[in-house]
Order: sequence, then structure tokens, then C-alpha cells
Amino acid sequence: MQTNVIINGTQRRLELDPRTTLLDALRHHLGLSGSKKGCDHGQCGACTVMVNGRRINACLTLACMHDGDEVTTIEGIGQPGNLSALQEAFVSEDGFQCGYCTPGQICSATAMLEEIRNEWPSHVTDDLVGGAELTNEEISERMSGNLCRCSAYPNIVEAIRKAAGKGA
Amino acid sequence: MRPFDYIRADSAEAATRQVADGGIFIAGGTNLLDLMKLEVMAPEALIDINRLELNQIEETEDGGLRIGALVTNSDLANDTRVRRDWPVLSRALLAGASAQLRNKATTGGNLLQRTRCLYFYDRAMACNKREPGSGCAAREGFNRILAVLGTSEHCIATHPSDMAVAMRALGAKVETLKEDGETRQLTLDELYLLPGDRPDRETVLEVGELITGVVLPARVDGRQTYRKVRDRASYAFALVSVAGIVAMEDGRIARADLAFGGLAPKPWRDAQVEALLVGETPSEALFNKAADQLLAQARGFGDNDFKLLLARRTLVSVLTELTETRT
Repeated sequence: MQTNVIINGTQRRLELDPRTTLLDALRHHLGLSGSKKGCDHGQCGACTVMVNGRRINACLTLACMHDGDEVTTIEGIGQPGNLSALQEAFVSEDGFQCGYCTPGQICSATAMLEEIRNEWPSHVTDDLVGGAELTNEEISERMSGNLCRCSAYPNIVEAIRKAAGKGA
Repeated sequence: MRPFDYIRADSAEAATRQVADGGIFIAGGTNLLDLMKLEVMAPEALIDINRLELNQIEETEDGGLRIGALVTNSDLANDTRVRRDWPVLSRALLAGASAQLRNKATTGGNLLQRTRCLYFYDRAMACNKREPGSGCAAREGFNRILAVLGTSEHCIATHPSDMAVAMRALGAKVETLKEDGETRQLTLDELYLLPGDRPDRETVLEVGELITGVVLPARVDGRQTYRKVRDRASYAFALVSVAGIVAMEDGRIARADLAFGGLAPKPWRDAQVEALLVGETPSEALFNKAADQLLAQARGFGDNDFKLLLARRTLVSVLTELTETRT
């Protein structure tokens, strides 16, 4: 069936079997292989993209459900020579080892920093009403939907802190 | 995934008719699509209700809130009114899943999510919920995450929601629209069925019946908390959880609304536990009596025997926190 989606600012028309997940549409039909398929069951976060500004697991949603939506993938966050502050920080802080989870980590962290700016609390925030500081505990809780099997977590946290300090 | 027809519903009324013939509603899809990939569920049609106008949170005349069925878990948890006046609900939501899933998962879908019993997910195993009459491999299997209350010889699955536990403690009501246009309100106790000899039937909802929203009653005085005990600190289902709303008056307990997750096939609430607490002076002995009452009919199945002690300790800890004098 036909679906029109705005991918990284460009209108794209897709003709897909309704079973196609947004992740498979991105990777196999649009050639955007930055978003990764880890578990394909919403457990690892490697497929994290932003839809209408919110981070979601692209593997657990059908492309046909996103007619008219705006999708931002890692390719839309930055490119070689024009990296986002988070991408630069992941490089400078060595925030990865094998790199497979990294696009999902960066998409997720990009949206997470926006959630902090909007004063969204988390499970570890003491005061539900007052907003939250970007402590290591807050970063770990808010990023728990992104697994890293190389366990580069300490450097991922450092990269996010560094980018947040620059107003990523 | 098995093939299906995809139909986008233009109105709630149309959706209830479109779903009637082997179809199923899809909202966030975070649980349904997972189950469809595993072919644990194989609906003939998906009725996409995401375009319906059910995504608002509105104040009701009596000071409560009406939460549209399509309000995401993120939007509900972060609503400033919910954070201020119904914090147990924000806390329960924020304790559930991951940020990515909360951005997609909806209020109605959260209520209707399926158990995470490993045997329900594994099509090679016997499961009366997935395939009625096939048996229950969980009773003799790896059952440490499964239920100790409300079970039957046919099923020991738990309901996995955190949100629904908080809603049960808050006395929320679920609003639905039936295929014939009739609407009704159900308490969470009324919505969910115990497994009995038909664990495949999980709610009283009829074919075509659509959850349109959830109504919270006005805020009540007292402290609220949601305590979730799990195998890791984030992004895991509850082994035991307690939603508590407790008010004190002259050193005695004036209100104790308590609901429990991780223990039963539905968010669990026991009026006798609450009756035993109200009017009494807080003490560890009293809290243990409440736990005795909660667990009077509880039984473990081997791996999950620990939940009896864990539930007791969690309840005592929550009641201690909610009744202690603050300095």
C-alpha cells in the first residue's frame, strides 16, 4: 500500500506490503542503513529513530501507520564533515566499541536531551514537578532502552554529558 | 508475520464495526506487533485507530481527568496535572518499559497488553492462553516471574502493566464504545477476568468493543507512591509492585488504597487488606497483618515462591514510607 513519509526533511513515497516495519522500510526500501536491526523486538534500541520529534523503536511500528509523519534517522542528524554535537562527542569520548548500537544511542540521546529541556521527569527524578539535572543516574535511566553489548556505557554517558554541556 | 488487511479507521463507530470480523485494533502496536512477528497472534485485519480523536487529557466536572485511549504513556506520565495530583500514576508509567516504548504505547493498549509469560511467547510450548486446551507448561516450568494470586490450574500468567496497577489504586474507570453504539464504564476489577478454565479470555470486552478512555476520580488527600521491585533497576517488568495512596488523621490511618502488580493475572486489590488498616495506628505488626491478609490465598509454583516474602516485605516497606511522620 502507498505511504507518504517525510524522511530527514524529504518527502518520500513508499509502496509497501503492510507488514513492513518502519525499520525495514528505512533500511531496505530507502537505503538508509544507519538505523540498525538488533533484536527486532523493541528490546535493544539499535533501531531508535525520531518520529515527529519523539524517539521510538522503528522495529515495533509499521511503515504504513506513519503516513504524513516526519522521521529523523541518524543520517538526518549529521553527516561526515557536519556532525552534530552528540556525534562529535561520541567520537571524542570513545563512546562505542563495535559501533552497532551507536546510531540508536545517538538518536535516542538527541531526543532525550530535548526531553530534559522540556522538564520531563524520569523514574529516578526525586521531584516529579521540578525538572531534572543531567546526572549520570538520570542519563543511565533515560538511556536504558539502548543496550550496548560491548558495554561502552561509561563513555556513552560521558559523551552525552559533554554534548549536553555544549547545548547539543 | 502472517499477512493481514490494513484498514485505517476514520471514526470510533466505524472502527468497532470494522474490527468485528477477525480483526484487531492497533494503536501503539508495541506489544501487538511483537506478538505478530512471533505468530503468537495472527489477526486477519489490523484496524488502525491512531487517527481517531482520542488523544486528549481533559478535566472532568468533578475534578477528575478523562484520559483518551490514544494518549501515549509519555504524554500521560508527563502531564503536569497528573504529576501534581495523581503522582502514583506518573511514577508507575515512568517505571515501565523504556522511553522509546512509552512514546509509542497508549493508554488503551497498555491496559490490553498481553502477559510476558515465557510459555505464552514460545509456540513450541503448551499454553492454554495461546491455545486453549493445550495445557500449561509454566506450572512445572521456569515460573519465577509468574503469579501467586488469582491463578487457576490452567494458567499462572501475570498481567504485566504498571499503569493499570496505579489506575486500580486510584479507582479509575475504563470507558468503552460497543459495536451497537452503546457506551459503558468499567472499573479495572470489572474489566479483567481471572483465568479460571478460559485463560484465553482476559477481559469482559465484547467483539468490536473499543476502549475510548479512562476516567480518574478527583485527587484525594494523602501520600502516593509506586514501588516496583524487579531484577534490574530499569527497563524490566515487576516481580512485585505496590501502588499506594495513604492518608493519616490524628496519628491513625484514614485511607489506604493499595493495588499490586506482578502477583496476579490482573492488577490486584483486596478490600479486606485496606479495611484492616483503616482506623489503626501504624506499626510493623499491623503492616504484617495486612500482608497476612493479602497473601492468605497465595501460593507459589516453585521458582516464584520467593514472591510471597517479597510481596510482604514490599508492602511493609511501602506502608512504613507512607505513614511515617515527616520532620
